[in-house]
Amino acid sequence: MPGPTNAETQPAVSVHELDKTFGQTRALDKLTMTVHTGEVHGFLGPNGAGKSTTIRVLLGLLKADAGRVSVLGGDPWRDAVALHRRLAYVPGDVSLWPNLTGGEAIDLFARLRGGFDRRRRDELCERFDLDPGKKGRTYSKGNRQKVAIIAALASDVELLVLDEPTAGLDPLMESVFAEHIREAKAAGTTVLLSSHTLAQVEALCDRISIIRQGRIVESGTLDELRHLTRTTVTAETARPASGVDALPGVHDLVVTNGKVQFDVDGEHLDTVIGHLHGLGIRSLVSQPPTLEQLFMRHYGEDLAAAGNGGS
Amino acid sequence: MATITAPAPAAARGGDRRPLAGVGALARFALRRDRIRIPAWIAGLTLGSVVNLVSFEDLYPTEADREAVAETMNTPAGLAMTGPAEYLRDYTAGAMMGHQLLGFTALLAALMSVLMVVRHTRAEEESGRAELVRATVVGRHAHMAAALGVVIVTNLVLAVVLAGALAGTGGTGVTATGSLLYGLAHAAVGIVFAGIAAVTVQITEHSRGASGMGLAAIAVAYALRAAGDIGEGGLSWLSPIGWAQATRVYVDDRWWPLLVAAAAAAALVTAGVLLSTRRDVGAGLRRPRQGRGYASVALGHPIGLAVRLHRGLLIGFAAALALLGTMYGSILSEVEDMLAGVEMLEEALAEMGGASIVESFVSMVMVVLAVIASVYVVLAALRPRAEESDGRAEPVLATAVSRARWLAGHVVVGMLGGVVVLAAGGLGLGLAGALALRDSAVLTDAMGAALAYAPALWLTGGLAVALFGLAPRLATLTWVVPVYGFVVSYLGGLLQFPEWMNNLSPFGHVPDLPAEELSVLPLLLLTAIAAGLALLGLTAFRQRDLQTDH
Ligand SMILES: Nc1ncnc2c1ncn2[C@@H]1O[C@H](COP(=O)(O)OP(=O)(O)OP(=O)(O)O)[C@@H](O)[C@H]1O
Ligand SMILES: [Mg+2]
Repeated sequence: MPGPTNAETQPAVSVHELDKTFGQTRALDKLTMTVHTGEVHGFLGPNGAGKSTTIRVLLGLLKADAGRVSVLGGDPWRDAVALHRRLAYVPGDVSLWPNLTGGEAIDLFARLRGGFDRRRRDELCERFDLDPGKKGRTYSKGNRQKVAIIAALASDVELLVLDEPTAGLDPLMESVFAEHIREAKAAGTTVLLSSHTLAQVEALCDRISIIRQGRIVESGTLDELRHLTRTTVTAETARPASGVDALPGVHDLVVTNGKVQFDVDGEHLDTVIGHLHGLGIRSLVSQPPTLEQLFMRHYGEDLAAAGNGGS
Repeated sequence: MATITAPAPAAARGGDRRPLAGVGALARFALRRDRIRIPAWIAGLTLGSVVNLVSFEDLYPTEADREAVAETMNTPAGLAMTGPAEYLRDYTAGAMMGHQLLGFTALLAALMSVLMVVRHTRAEEESGRAELVRATVVGRHAHMAAALGVVIVTNLVLAVVLAGALAGTGGTGVTATGSLLYGLAHAAVGIVFAGIAAVTVQITEHSRGASGMGLAAIAVAYALRAAGDIGEGGLSWLSPIGWAQATRVYVDDRWWPLLVAAAAAAALVTAGVLLSTRRDVGAGLRRPRQGRGYASVALGHPIGLAVRLHRGLLIGFAAALALLGTMYGSILSEVEDMLAGVEMLEEALAEMGGASIVESFVSMVMVVLAVIASVYVVLAALRPRAEESDGRAEPVLATAVSRARWLAGHVVVGMLGGVVVLAAGGLGLGLAGALALRDSAVLTDAMGAALAYAPALWLTGGLAVALFGLAPRLATLTWVVPVYGFVVSYLGGLLQFPEWMNNLSPFGHVPDLPAEELSVLPLLLLTAIAAGLALLGLTAFRQRDLQTDH
């Protein structure tokens, strides 16, 4: 690649045509994705799309059927132990031992990973408002989740693999979490974050991959993804806006007393605005799609169309 | 709920402070909730008893048949499984019921009572429903009183139904008065255990803990009567099940043991009520302790984690086997006296190569202890599977712990734990036996006999590991080994199983020390197979996907 990708070393995670089936279920279908070193990468997709499965392959907990997978330059299945010293994982559904306290579990995970900063761990317990002296069986779902998050953040690692880490957290704790992710990014840590909270992904992530039915259907920065999809334009023109509907890439045109509103495909935006300019623009509002709109396109039924558009 | 809250306003206006206020409504509510359970328990126990009585009549139609059975029952093993020897004097079909079945069905009545009391008291509190109810005008003792009332009435109904059904069969020796005593003996055991549950529900906050303590009490009661019936009978008097059997129902029809049960039940219920006034709703007498906020140094290694996870079970099993061994050991001198006269047994012993009665008894007890120890080993060896399917293995294996080290931690602790459990049993048996017979050789004999079973335990554990690696969903099949081992080793002697059946059990290949000579080869072979199985499981586990159930 030319330009900005200078002497960038290898990506933190690279997956090429990964397949994984469970009996009849094809969980991953030639999945290809890249997480660059130092970025916060959002991993989005509907339930059952294959996010957790991908993450488990990246951790060497599941064995790939086919394809190439590399994590921090190593093979996650073969070099699991060495790689696990350099990464930390927060599962989507944290189960703790009923008779171990949260504090014991945190220390256990961090030590098994190879040492941690005790002061940082205490600080995190305080920030996340966790009582480390309670037995695992008495924790709520959110508090179990906090145990895993604190254990991960207390370790000094190069890569954080987080599978829906905030699913059980209240909004306040979610913002504490976001703060720590920004801190980790500032310190150069790579983060792979699977999530259903779109606002969180929008706020935290540099790049995003959207997975559906075991394949990555979109990948890139939020801006790049936006470019691929439609922008909503509302305009008022001096002369009646005729001929807009004949332009390429224009959809859902509505004309109401002198105002036009329509959606336009990213690559035709320039042509359409040029046409409006010819009609004399009085006011113009252009709304980029929210991540939610982007996402709904892939959740929606017209997936075949979206698939064609994407490739 | 409506049934309970309905009378509330009227009573509230009166400022009702009676401790039993609302008990009637609560009891009706409990009966409604249990309208299927209670009839099911009563019908099940009655039907099972009638079927047994009829089949006794079928199997042993003549007096000679029944005397032959009585003869085979009159061994330590026979009495441990059934009841006191006094029943053997006049072994009618009724006496067989009192001897062989009563202990078992009374145990089930105890189980019914414990589960019911816990369900209507502690489980209600735990779920928070009791708080809602007690916030209306319900007296502080109303919950307990309603639960006990329902359970006591259930037990009395069971007694009457059972008595009627048995008397109706007209079996030999099955009189009408005897049948009433037979039914009431069940009710006595049930009500005493309702009292025990009334105490355990005060102690802990969790209904599972309360039921667990109740079940442990049942197990202890059964073990005490088993030991007592082999020995002089003193220990049986510590057991509510022993009291039921002490009625010698259908033989002597003694009623007074029921008074002992009634006194005990009254004392237990009083204790439960007194304890309940010393705690808050929802709390236990034993508060859940605040744990340590930091892990100890040991908890930084897979072995440390495994030790921590297995510790409770290991201590429990070691203590139970030490206790059981001690009970058997303490009756060794009586065994010697009792068996000295039994011709059949002496012949059998002579065939076995001249072992003494004590030696062969130690061998027999040891098989039982070894099978129980193997239950521990299976539980421990299946632990990795539970960790995996419950999702606790995943975050551990995502740290710098290899699969081999993680699994090896569990396996090593499980296998060595099995040896510890065996040794505890051997030590209890040996020490108590050495004291009873004033012969220190018993201790070394018992320890040797116990430890000889270690390779059989390892093989059992190895099988669990192999299944865990190759077919994790089938790992629970390992339970076949202790169950089969128990059937073959414990009953095989009584029922004369063929040799090949014995050879299928790993316990069958262990020399019966001290009655037999020590032969090392089978022990080495068992150990080698165990190691091979464990290695196979480990290798397979490293090749497969982690299978989490969510
Ligand atoms: N161990 C397994 N055995 C069989 N099927 C599985 C297994 N694990 C995952 N699957 C299937 O693979 C597919 C992908 O599941 P996965 O858990 O990766 O989805 P996900 O994207 O994480 O979903 P969610 O958002 O609900 O967490 C689903 O169809 C799931 O049923
Ligand atoms: Mg998932």
